[in-house]
Amino acid sequence: MAASVMSSTGSVKMNTSHLSSLTPDWMNNEVLTGTSIMAVEFDGGVVVGADSRTSMGTYVSNRVTDKLTRVTDRIYCCRSGSSADTQAVADIVSSHMEILEVKLGEPPLVQVAANTFKEICYNYRDMLMAGIIVAGWDKSKGGQVYTIPLGGMMIRQPMAIGGSGSTYVWGYVDATFKPNMNKEETVNFVKNTLTLALTRDGSSGGVVRVAIITKDGVERRVFLHNELPQFYQG
Amino acid sequence: MSSIGTGYDLSASQFSPDGRVFQVEYAQKAVENSGTAIGLRCKDGVVLAVEKIITSKLFEPGANKRIFTVDTHAGIACAGLLADVRAIVEVASIESSNYRAEYGVPIPCKFLAERVSSYLHAYTLYSAVRPYGCSIITSAYDNDGPQLFMTDPAGMCHGYYGCAVGKAKQNAKTEIEKLKLKDLTCRELVKEAAKIIYLVHDEVKDRHFELELSWVCEESGFKHQLVPKDLYQEAEQYAKAALEEDSSDEDEEM
Repeated sequence: MAASVMSSTGSVKMNTSHLSSLTPDWMNNEVLTGTSIMAVEFDGGVVVGADSRTSMGTYVSNRVTDKLTRVTDRIYCCRSGSSADTQAVADIVSSHMEILEVKLGEPPLVQVAANTFKEICYNYRDMLMAGIIVAGWDKSKGGQVYTIPLGGMMIRQPMAIGGSGSTYVWGYVDATFKPNMNKEETVNFVKNTLTLALTRDGSSGGVVRVAIITKDGVERRVFLHNELPQFYQG
Repeated sequence: MSSIGTGYDLSASQFSPDGRVFQVEYAQKAVENSGTAIGLRCKDGVVLAVEKIITSKLFEPGANKRIFTVDTHAGIACAGLLADVRAIVEVASIESSNYRAEYGVPIPCKFLAERVSSYLHAYTLYSAVRPYGCSIITSAYDNDGPQLFMTDPAGMCHGYYGCAVGKAKQNAKTEIEKLKLKDLTCRELVKEAAKIIYLVHDEVKDRHFELELSWVCEESGFKHQLVPKDLYQEAEQYAKAALEEDSSDEDEEM
């Protein structure tokens, strides 16, 4: 989340004394993935994408983070919010899904994984700061995107964006997104959206990571900063 | 029964020297004494049918049902002690609702059947309890299409295209094998199921019986429910007509 969101949530534990201005802010700030993430359904699968910045306040603690996290072979999640919280939740759901796959004798549905994320995010909503997009492919419904924002609601959408960077690109995605794009069109849409988001958002940046999930598995791509499209910079 | 009096049939937790668990076999006997129940699976759905024997004319019609709905998409038909059945159906519906609450989707039929089987099996392991005296046929329409499973008191569970339990299971199985299950639709199958139940019913031993019919298919909105009244009557007429034709054939031969 952006720094502004941080201070409004009150999790910045700065003391009120005049000395506070002397300590660097990363000493007091939680590690956050101030983020731009998105996932888009397409004919035959989903494309998920994310920037790669992890920061503590203004300090960038990792510039090549991988926010696209595996849940099962064909289900991934995009993480935004507290790194610790989202990693923990993703690990819990991942191990849960692994057990369920053995019990069911087949890979769990995307909806099942998303519902498990939701259950945790909702029940512990007061303790967590996690905005997660769950996306993947299964044999009954194909490519699916489920978004689980802060309060722990869950809804399926043909496309979802999230993280602090997403606020800058709502208009762009609304104007550009069209259903049933092909794979390469979708990858381009994700790349363009994330580029626009991470250039405007101070707490997003670095490279654009993309994963394409279809019935054949996962294809991962990285677009380095110099490979990103150039938009109006003014 | 050479086993009786040897003392090896008193506990569910003890084997006999030739490797049998008699308490479980007795439970299976309880199932054999019950009215016949059948399950049929075709390309577009599952049909359940039960021959419910009426032991007293004073009972209200429709009492003591032997087909249960455990979740919107799943149903159970049973044979054996009805009180035991009810306890098992309760377990099945709790399992279904827990799965729904945890994962937000209906329980897969195989998963449900296996969970209930494990429960039945647990009751064959301890001396302090007796095995459940019932077999259940679990049916559902889930992500993988129409599904049909049968579980016995020992906790054995198999998937089927067609299955039968109870008094006339042998006759019923022979009749089921004559059907081309893969080609029939659910609507046709309901009539065939009714016919089988009427055919295998023993008029001499049990005078009165009630036919119960349920299905899960597209026509029922992928919900498990008793078949609609008009189809029920159509099926019953079809069954009775087939039965009369059958007996008149026999007369000619004589």
